[in-house]
Amino acid sequence: MRYIISILLENEAGALSRVAGLFSARGFNIESLTVVATNDSTLSRMTIVTIADDGIIEKIVKQLNKLIDVIKVTDLTATEYIERELLLVKVNVNQQTQIDIDKQIDAFSCKLIDVSEDIYTIELAGKSKKINDFLANLDASKILDVSRTGVTGICMKNRNLTKGV
Amino acid sequence: MKLNGAQILVNSLKSEGVKYIFGYPGGAVLHIYDALNACDEIEHILVRHEQGAAHAADGYTRASGKCGVTLVTSGPGITNAITGIATAYMDSIPMIIISGQVPSALIGNDAFQEVDAVGITRSCVKHNFLIKNINQIVNTIKKAFHIATTGRPGPVLIDIPKDITIATVEPKPYPNSVKMRSYQVPSRADSAKINAAADLISLAKCPIVYSGGGCIIGNADQELRAFTRQLGFPITQTLMGLGAYPATDKQSLGMLGMHGTYEANMAMHDADCVIAAGVRFDDRVTANVDKFCPNAKIIHIDIDPSSISKNVAVDIAIVGDVKLVLSDLIVKMKTKFIQDISLWWSQIDQWRSVNSLAYKTKLGVIKPQTVIETLYEVTKGNAIVTSDVGQHQMWAAQYYQFDEPRRWINSGGLGTMGFGLPAAMGAKLAKPELNVACVTGEGSIQMMTQELSTMLQYATPVKIVNLNNGYLGMVRQWQEFFYEKRYSMSYMDALPNFVKLAESYGHIGIKVEKEQDLKPALIEAFKQKDRTVFLDILIDPTENVFPMIPAGAGHHEMLLAGRDEMASMNDDGLNLV
Ligand SMILES: Cc1ncc(C[n+]2csc(CCOP(=O)(O)OP(=O)(O)O)c2C)c(N)n1
Ligand SMILES: [Mg+2]
Repeated sequence: MRYIISILLENEAGALSRVAGLFSARGFNIESLTVVATNDSTLSRMTIVTIADDGIIEKIVKQLNKLIDVIKVTDLTATEYIERELLLVKVNVNQQTQIDIDKQIDAFSCKLIDVSEDIYTIELAGKSKKINDFLANLDASKILDVSRTGVTGICMKNRNLTKGV
Repeated sequence: MKLNGAQILVNSLKSEGVKYIFGYPGGAVLHIYDALNACDEIEHILVRHEQGAAHAADGYTRASGKCGVTLVTSGPGITNAITGIATAYMDSIPMIIISGQVPSALIGNDAFQEVDAVGITRSCVKHNFLIKNINQIVNTIKKAFHIATTGRPGPVLIDIPKDITIATVEPKPYPNSVKMRSYQVPSRADSAKINAAADLISLAKCPIVYSGGGCIIGNADQELRAFTRQLGFPITQTLMGLGAYPATDKQSLGMLGMHGTYEANMAMHDADCVIAAGVRFDDRVTANVDKFCPNAKIIHIDIDPSSISKNVAVDIAIVGDVKLVLSDLIVKMKTKFIQDISLWWSQIDQWRSVNSLAYKTKLGVIKPQTVIETLYEVTKGNAIVTSDVGQHQMWAAQYYQFDEPRRWINSGGLGTMGFGLPAAMGAKLAKPELNVACVTGEGSIQMMTQELSTMLQYATPVKIVNLNNGYLGMVRQWQEFFYEKRYSMSYMDALPNFVKLAESYGHIGIKVEKEQDLKPALIEAFKQKDRTVFLDILIDPTENVFPMIPAGAGHHEMLLAGRDEMASMNDDGLNLV
């Protein structure tokens, strides 16, 4: 199953490598990982997507909690949550393909953020599934460059990770 | 008055009550050595190899319960210490390692003797720090000791660049405590869990207590004894837990696991309730997990939540300090009925009567088991015994009856050959009033013989009991059983003359070749109160460690000496180490 784990940790040098090192040392896999400081510059928030079975996810959460720099760990997928990912993609456009690409951009509500000569730079935010679908709908031979942020997520309603830390 | 970083560091160690530092100097730590030179309160023990420093600090910790300190220079200093750090980490032993680092401005430049100490130790420390600023020194040291000694303990490394030891600043007072929002230590357990465990215990007809190193590290031996005696339950202890409960007590079934006793393993297999206290269900203990305790409800007490249900799913998990949890259980059980377990005891007595540690003596050869039994007799069971790794380690664990905690010191988790001698030196410094014996093999001892020199310099008299079988015996045993006697690289050719070796280091060497000389030699060795004595004892080279659970088998599938001279293993087992 796909899990999204949200980790609040001290914004210290080396904290990221401790988490990444833990995943590799214990043989856990990482589908995506994002990390950046929160509004409090001493805190970082990391979101990791991993594919694991139930037993393994419990071990991952326990091992993460054991790291000294880690303050809180939440399995977002066990809560009501929202996940988003951002895609930047550049595609080659010509007169024949333009109509089709414009149609896709509309259908997925993408933003066209740069148009230069025959290249579109497109931005799309959404669930990973939506981004996958959008990319799949493009003509692969026209895709020039793809950059995805990986997933970030947050619990809904009054469940918070950073408040009161 | 301003102080430099090195002086602040040394003062901080003084404030922590550090008495000994085990270390070795080098360029990056010269300022620290200069500060140490001016400090009377801390004695520095100059080892001969940094691995020895870490093992000695570890042995000091295990014997005393106080946090040992290791000091090494950058580059090869820290890389040499890694094996010792990993050894401590695997056995949850608190230790502080201070490593010098190249000056801040050179970090990342492949400078002379630069190694990424924080990176290279990350997977074998509980935590590590790189000090970036002289003002961080005191807080970092306070935090390091706090982290190393609380919760599930472990080694903590502090890497300090040379420029920071040289810079000066007006010193701040050493803090009394630290608060870390990201590190909380569990203490008392949830009372609902205690109640649930008590309910389960009161229903048990075939209970067993299975205790481990956590009861020693957590100083829970008194609680463990009170709890076990109050209930009248049988108890078995892991290799790491020996001594928390007295081995000579009638409720003790001895050690369990791969080379545990028949009664301990059979009782585990048939138990209906297992109270696991300060253990981690290591693979040497559980044997095949699919066959582990098939009928039992398991209660697991551990301070580390990540140990719970890691290898074996448990029924009641109690996260907390084992000392406090056992005291809570003692109180709770006073209000509970327990079952009559006399039938269970008579079953256990039948298993006991198999006498699984019996061994055949042969005229003219010294049996290793006899050596340990004689060592026990001569030291009246009161010595601290350290060991290396191999057959001799198992014989020491099986035949020396440890009645007190912190008397049996060995590398259980990492299984590090070379641990025994430096650990014995550290233990002797911790407990000068006790006899210290290092049970070793001719293979293991050669990994750390240089520390004989340190032991002369600091007058740490230890009795080295070298069970010399001329083989990497544990390897030979596996090759005999599982590789059709193809003895690949398990024979130690060209052994040194250990007597002369000991003498050249300024110690006493005694070679023992005949059984009748064994006891007199041991008596003589311990009479030499102030001397290190190396007893090179030529034992039966073909002796194997029994009983044994071959890898892949269950607790009830033990091989017994005399009955199953040859062991075999299934294909799954061969995959295991
Ligand atoms: C540093 C290290 N290298 C290799 C091993 C693997 N190993 C385990 S026991 C053993 C043999 C030890 O021989 P010896 O010290 O003579 O003890 P014996 O088994 O003969 O009693 C070896 C090589 C180890 N445990 N540690
Ligand atoms: Mg040997």
